[in-house]
Amino acid sequence: MRLLLSGKAKCNSHGQDSPYFHGWQEYEKNPYDQTWNPKGIIQMGLAENHALVQFMAEIRGNKVSFDPSKIVLTAGATSANETIIFCLAEAGDAILIPTPYYPGFDRDLKWRTGADIVPIHCASSNGFKITACALQQAYQEAQNRNLKVKGVLITNPSNPLGTTMTRAELDLLMEFIVEKQIHLVSDEIYSGTVFSSPNYTSTMEVLSKYEKAEVWDSVHVVYSLSKDFGLPGFRVGAIYSNNDWVIATATKMSSFGLVSSQTQYFLSSLLSDKKFTKNFISENKKRLKKQHALLVSGLWNAGISCLESNAGLFCWVDMRHLLSSNTFEAEMELWQKIVYDVKLNISPGSSCHCSEPGWFRMCFACMTEEALEVAIRRIKACVESVSGGRDKVLSRQRCTNMNSGKKSFSSWVFRVPIHDREAGMVLRGPDPNYRRSHHDQVEAT
Amino acid sequence: MEFASEKKREILSSIARNDGHGEHSPYFDGWKAYDRNPFHPTQNPDGVIQLGLAENQLSFDLIEEWIKNNPTASICTPAGVGKFKDVANFQDYHGLTKFRQAVAKFMGRVRRGKATFDPNRVVMSGGATGASETLIFCLADPGDAFLVPSPYYPAFDRDIRWRTGVRLIPVPCNSSNNFQVTLAQMESAYTKAIEANINVKGVILTNPSNPLGTTLSKETLTSLLSFTFKKNLHMVCDEIYSATVFNSPAFTSISEVMQETECNPDLVHIIYSLSKDLGLPGFRVGIIYSYNDQVVNCARKMSSFGLVSSQSQHLLASMLSDEVFVEKFLEESSRRLAKRHSRFVEGLKHEGIHCLEGNAGLFFWMDLHHLLKEPTHDAEMELWRVIIKDVKLNVSPGSSFHCMEPGFFRVCFANMDDHTVEVALKRIKELVSKGNGSGDAKKHGRKRNLSLNFTSRKCDESLMSPHQRMSPHSPVPQSPLVRART
Repeated sequence: MRLLLSGKAKCNSHGQDSPYFHGWQEYEKNPYDQTWNPKGIIQMGLAENHALVQFMAEIRGNKVSFDPSKIVLTAGATSANETIIFCLAEAGDAILIPTPYYPGFDRDLKWRTGADIVPIHCASSNGFKITACALQQAYQEAQNRNLKVKGVLITNPSNPLGTTMTRAELDLLMEFIVEKQIHLVSDEIYSGTVFSSPNYTSTMEVLSKYEKAEVWDSVHVVYSLSKDFGLPGFRVGAIYSNNDWVIATATKMSSFGLVSSQTQYFLSSLLSDKKFTKNFISENKKRLKKQHALLVSGLWNAGISCLESNAGLFCWVDMRHLLSSNTFEAEMELWQKIVYDVKLNISPGSSCHCSEPGWFRMCFACMTEEALEVAIRRIKACVESVSGGRDKVLSRQRCTNMNSGKKSFSSWVFRVPIHDREAGMVLRGPDPNYRRSHHDQVEAT
Repeated sequence: MEFASEKKREILSSIARNDGHGEHSPYFDGWKAYDRNPFHPTQNPDGVIQLGLAENQLSFDLIEEWIKNNPTASICTPAGVGKFKDVANFQDYHGLTKFRQAVAKFMGRVRRGKATFDPNRVVMSGGATGASETLIFCLADPGDAFLVPSPYYPAFDRDIRWRTGVRLIPVPCNSSNNFQVTLAQMESAYTKAIEANINVKGVILTNPSNPLGTTLSKETLTSLLSFTFKKNLHMVCDEIYSATVFNSPAFTSISEVMQETECNPDLVHIIYSLSKDLGLPGFRVGIIYSYNDQVVNCARKMSSFGLVSSQSQHLLASMLSDEVFVEKFLEESSRRLAKRHSRFVEGLKHEGIHCLEGNAGLFFWMDLHHLLKEPTHDAEMELWRVIIKDVKLNVSPGSSFHCMEPGFFRVCFANMDDHTVEVALKRIKELVSKGNGSGDAKKHGRKRNLSLNFTSRKCDESLMSPHQRMSPHSPVPQSPLVRART
């Protein structure tokens, strides 16, 4: 019997069996609404800019200028990412990606291109930052698997971490790609969502120091208006590159997914209004910061901490202490409870290829403040049922400064043990400026 | 400099390095000639007239009128902006329900109610270009092949083959029977392919045909459908010109034939688009309609790579649900296409130039083999260069459509105004009269081997540059969006 369909149609490499997408399906069946379905599932798995759907702002707010002849428009970042990989890699090649990473990459970068992804393992011990050692290990792993490494793909600001890359990390990456003579693709679709310090450093800014070297042609940026402007439905993505072969090829490939001219026309008008775009970016960031603070403090009250973050539409939440065991099975168990019983769609770290169980991505920008408060109440109730009051105290103690021996409700920023302190990671409590109105008993440090 | 350029190229994938994109074809070179020197009645009356772009620009006024009368269909009007948030946020790859329903209804209407379409089988993609590629990704693996009657649309070489690694095997058709593909030709091509150990997965038909401008008869479709059923092959029908039929015979879709002929629905798939029928190529509305559930599911997942902008879905859902408008549009569009086609074809006939009798599409198949120095493809290209460079008409040479017989050209007629048509006809008249030995020869319409006395310059090498960034989809230069700067 002849096989009727292609291998691609029959296989699961589209990656949609991941819990990342199952959570969405559950949400679709039973979506929360304040009035008509208060017991429905709250959508915290979609990284949309729900908080602001007004006019558009300035694109990045960074210090780089872009040449318009080096941009190729595509139907969303999904198409941009696939297209750039079609240009750079094929079956037998590997792209190195720091973990945790956006689950959709498994589909976007691998499915039809035939390329492979090899993870660069990042750990909570240093705030999930990329290290030279992790890069080399990933490169070696690819070689062990007989894969030719064609490049590194980073997301900056990071999805799911919500952090911006440090200058040190970016310099490290540049040195690495120069040494290995490979590409760097920087997915910067959240670049307009950096709402607090440190300031955003774009890949192109770091590249400028390498102007004369060959590396100029090996660095490519992916962008989209879906996250920064909250317009995912319009399918506006872009590839930016100094490599004119990449641009020429990507332009040809863009035929498979062009941006609707109706949408282009509308958005070009919008983007040309500088006064509006400046105001939009600034206001958007304020609202993101506020919503972010609400979630972080709410989680803190429930005994849950988050990775300190300054960007994106989500938090990277530490629920390791709520696991029945330090395993991914326990993580899935907890996740199922959260989705089906607590009715919150959040994304388990394993779906983002995190190497440590117990981390979850929670989006905060795709809902109203009221819905967020409901979500937080549910999480608190969940924590109490999973671990009981005693464990909540224990989890707090784990985060207090070992030297102080004293727990204080007024001390909102806790330091982790010394070896992690050097890496600069802080498990963060709420920014007191945003909590005063709700909880007067809280004092700022 | 050249070494550096080669180095830049070497670090790319083999797909990026090869010529599978097919853009070196004369089909696109002619567009480039137009882009450099576009005709304008007052600003550039000596420019190149674009007769190589299959676009339907005759009925925009009807759509503009509808838009003015339906402000809620646009999310950018005071009346419609209330929907902005929901629409802008909507990225579900199922597409807006009302959009799918409207498309399904429209497709049924175009087929005069002889077939109905299930909205749940309507899958979006980035134009027909995206639809063709995606469907092939679902049906075939690298090295597999599809049979396609030639002449065929040149960009199939890119859309079907480039990134999928799938092959195309032409089934040559010829003028002896008006280029109608026959069952015998199909069977012969299939047998040859099998003997050469090629894994044939299916057949691709374009109906109405591009470049011929003709519809397939019910008998032909039936015999080909039966053939694919017997051989367990996919039947892919590109029906993107289905609503451009302006004369009899009426359009017969594969969806009709399926109902009366034994077949396996899991093997039947339709490619559709709103680019030609409605004249909206910029909106990138491609549709895959498959009777195979697995293909629908897979194609829907792949549609993430080329979803239709929700803004456009919203507008079109409203427009296509307006039955009164759709009825009026289809009728009026057909009427205008018929009129324009007739003017052009009659004008050419007057000059002794014959065209294949067509009843559909946005082009006709023009026979200039009597103007060739010799009956070869080289002579055809020489004549084509003269037409582009000296006569300044961008027509598309038959060889770029893989036509086996030299001397045929595709001429598009629906992408210009009436005045431009007259200018084009005048230039063709001049071309013919220069090539004429005597007035008698023209009067009697004898075939002759003429030695054309034009300067026949070599094609400008820069037209073939791989660095050309012009999209083959639009003669309009870069999008205004690109001008935004950080």
